[in-house]
Amino acid sequence: MNLEKVVFGFFIVLAATLNFGFFIGDIDQPMHHHIYELFAAIVVNLIATVLKFGDRTQIGAVHLSTSLVADLQLVAAACVWAFAVHVGGEGMSPEVTTSVVSLSGGALFANVVSVVLLIAETVMLRR
Amino acid sequence: MNTGVLFLALRRMRAPLIVLIVIYAVSTLGLTLVPGVDAEGRPAPPMSFFHAFYFVSYTATTIGFGELPTAFSDAQRMWVTVSIYLSVVGWSYSIVSLLALVQDKGFQQVLLTSRFARRVGQLGEAFYIVCGCGETGLLIARALDHDGIRVVVVERSEARVQELELEDFSADILVLCADAAQPQHLLMAGLRHRSCRGVLAMTDDDAANLAIAIASRLINPRLRIVARVASPAIEANMMSFGTHYVVNHFEKFADYLAQAIHSPNWFRLVDLLTGLPGQEVPERHDPPAGDWVVCGYGRFGQAVVRNLGRQGINLTVIDPTPTLPAGVRHIVGQGTEAAPLRQAGVDSAVGIVAASDNDTNNLSIAMTAKEVNPDLFVVLRQNRVANQILFDAYDADFTMVPSRIVARECLALITSPLLARFLKLVRAWPETRAADLAGRLEALFGRRVPLVWGVRLNAADAPAVHRRLVLEQASLSLGRLRADPAARDEALPLLPLLLQRDGRDYPLPDDETIVAAGDEILFAGTRAAKTAQNLTLDHRTVLDYVLTGRDTPGWLWSWLSRAGRAAESRRNEPRRV
Repeated sequence: MNLEKVVFGFFIVLAATLNFGFFIGDIDQPMHHHIYELFAAIVVNLIATVLKFGDRTQIGAVHLSTSLVADLQLVAAACVWAFAVHVGGEGMSPEVTTSVVSLSGGALFANVVSVVLLIAETVMLRR
Repeated sequence: MNTGVLFLALRRMRAPLIVLIVIYAVSTLGLTLVPGVDAEGRPAPPMSFFHAFYFVSYTATTIGFGELPTAFSDAQRMWVTVSIYLSVVGWSYSIVSLLALVQDKGFQQVLLTSRFARRVGQLGEAFYIVCGCGETGLLIARALDHDGIRVVVVERSEARVQELELEDFSADILVLCADAAQPQHLLMAGLRHRSCRGVLAMTDDDAANLAIAIASRLINPRLRIVARVASPAIEANMMSFGTHYVVNHFEKFADYLAQAIHSPNWFRLVDLLTGLPGQEVPERHDPPAGDWVVCGYGRFGQAVVRNLGRQGINLTVIDPTPTLPAGVRHIVGQGTEAAPLRQAGVDSAVGIVAASDNDTNNLSIAMTAKEVNPDLFVVLRQNRVANQILFDAYDADFTMVPSRIVARECLALITSPLLARFLKLVRAWPETRAADLAGRLEALFGRRVPLVWGVRLNAADAPAVHRRLVLEQASLSLGRLRADPAARDEALPLLPLLLQRDGRDYPLPDDETIVAAGDEILFAGTRAAKTAQNLTLDHRTVLDYVLTGRDTPGWLWSWLSRAGRAAESRRNEPRRV
């Protein structure tokens, strides 16, 4: 067993699960989408991205790009939230919640791709 | 290659980056949980993520605006104290890691290598790859650089690379510190580059040279490959897969020595024509015919015995090994002692070859033998260039320096392939004809080694001449290519040695020879003469002047001179006041 692979797999799956946890629920219900979960998803996603640095293989490159996409989407969601709550002053209205959650939904898709890649890599290794 | 550097840096920065992210996350999270206080001192809800992130961002980078947006509660201050120290540790760790990365040898090597590869890729002019830049490689690199040919060097020893950087080259010399026997290093040095003309395998290791020759032959068959080799077996191996030229300095020198005994004037020509241009020609020493003694039966000794034996010269070998092939007259012993030398017949011999692989022993052999017989012709093998001072002090009749021999063979091959052909032709000449040519060369160039170059009368190398010959169907005699473009009645100090037309050789063509397009002509002359001749070959106006004696100005010049004359005449008009 390779500890590095354990950590790598752990963070990729955790990024996806946290993202999913934030995403799940009615899309315009602020109480279904806790902001701490978004925070956790962002932090874990960033760590997963850094873990993917420095792999020059083709699959490593795709891994990194999916992670970057997820980061981008989640940070955009966080920005929308911060703007709505602190700058615009409208708070977590249904419109704002919808936009934040849908952005995180995009990130979730990227994270799912990442997990699929991880599984594919493992399966190929088995052969 | 640059992405390689980036990836390496990112890989090394993984741990510090993760530490930073975690510290930021923990600090921010903590601030969103610790309760605050409002202006009246009543407990207030904790900061929101937005404010917490803002605060951590400016605190962690030690900008420190103060407590924003409102004054902190004591609990918040407690947490902020912790997070400040955390962030300082995090940033220090990242910066130290980054500095360590920059100073890391491996990382610097990657940076240097990628810069080398980029610069090789950008080379627009013809260049040669020199593998191994020891004594031989350095001589070649210097001479090629002097001729304006770019050189890319692959050298394994770091100390040599640093010495190379201190050398005074006219063009930037590109050096890669790597083992040239590895094909990927050759590729990096531009083996597949479109401007690469050839590979010179000049390391002191036969196996490495063999590996370089095979790799170059396989990867880019178009290249000219020259390899240096000391063992006859590897030489045969190299020739078998089509290395263009293999220089075995032992064999070469032994062959020269045999030829010099047989026909001294041919050897004089070789000395004159294949030396390093501009250097002084060594004094003439003709080795005498008669009995010879060879001390040492190593690779060089064997080559000498083989080549001199072929000329029918009587030889005696002195070597400590008791078993030598039958047919070699052999005295067991050290050449450094007088007794075996006498036994080998030094008293009656005309020459001695000190051929061991130890410089001190060779000098000792020479001195002992000279004491026994002061009239001996002494041939010394010099193994290391560093011992030059000793050999200069001794001043033997002939000194064999492997690096010099290899360097000048390679240069002659690269800069004028026709020369090897010419020298082969001259071998068949009678002695008097060779003597006559050597005399003419010496009269023209004094004691300096002339430059030898080939000219091909085609559109690329000689546009003006080619235009006249092909488009205008006019004739041109070879003598016109010798005329000085500054004063056409004077001849430039250069001599045509060989004219090659349709695969046939015409040695020593005279001035009346009519040249044709596509001819290849080999000249020997001074560097200045070559430059002057290039003017005639390249420029129509210069060629016209050389042919007719009249200056036909170009349109710009004629316009300028007309304008100049007009201005002059205006100025000379009397002014009316």
